[in-house]
Amino acid sequence: MFKAIITITFKKSILDPQGNAVHKALKSLGYEDVEDVRMGKHVEILLRGDEPQEAETKIKEMCSNLLVNPVIEEYQVELVEVEV
Amino acid sequence: MKFGVVVFPGSSCEADCYYIIDQILQEPVSYLWHAEQDLRGVDCLIIPGGYAYGNYLRAGAIASNSPIMEKVIAFGKKGGLILGICNGFQILTEAGLLPGALIKNRSLRFQCENTLLRVEQTNTPFTSTYTQHEVIKIPIAHEEGAYVADKETLERLEKEGRIVFRYCNEQGEITPETNPNGALNNIAGIINEQGNILGMMPHPERCAEAILGGEDGERIFSSLLAWWQGGAGR
Repeated sequence: MFKAIITITFKKSILDPQGNAVHKALKSLGYEDVEDVRMGKHVEILLRGDEPQEAETKIKEMCSNLLVNPVIEEYQVELVEVEV
Repeated sequence: MKFGVVVFPGSSCEADCYYIIDQILQEPVSYLWHAEQDLRGVDCLIIPGGYAYGNYLRAGAIASNSPIMEKVIAFGKKGGLILGICNGFQILTEAGLLPGALIKNRSLRFQCENTLLRVEQTNTPFTSTYTQHEVIKIPIAHEEGAYVADKETLERLEKEGRIVFRYCNEQGEITPETNPNGALNNIAGIINEQGNILGMMPHPERCAEAILGGEDGERIFSSLLAWWQGGAGR
């Protein structure tokens, strides 16, 4: 069994209004040295199987078919083997 | 002219669209449930507003993968008329029928208010009864209505005249102040390359009768009918 940890964020070229609002709030709390804040999504998927290569291919397929909108988002996948 | 209004779990503007077609245009109309795969021979599809599938993941993302969408995509690619309103616009971009995406409003709030729009294109099946650069009043009601696209796409939309509506003021001027949600180039509605699929964030079905405070939205529907009766359907 695998656990895929997917982090989805807006592309750099897309304005992130939530990130900007949080950035402002942190500044108003006195954290003047915060340079930038980007918000994103965290998705965890438990996947049956024992071939890491196959699991990675499937996860990437899921990302392009549904989880990520390539027009505005980019993503990173971390794949770890877990005990059944 | 036969219309179909696609209904997803979480759609909320389908009855208004149905009413306009049935009572004001007085044309045949039916609801098409998202789990069906039969478009019942309609001539025009309306993808209404709402929160299909709770807008989980991204607005329109899950709806764009529901069973009926396979048929909707095929219908659109063959040149069938599709009007996507608000959540419907989001669904059409997620389905790849229209370019770009709609992200959270600059204000981070749900905004429900009247907006003024400048009609940028009247040579479409959806806008033929407006006059070029006419200023019309149609309300918005959305939280994720800021249109974005990459630079190349945006340039292409501009060059090909595919931006159909822009947020403006009473004089028809397009300024940052007249932009309610942060949409690039004040975009409120766009059309696909073939000119048969329109997506717009404002709700024309909410101002299609004088008793509702405005009739500017009615002409989207009557344009469609006029275009069809003008011979496009034969």
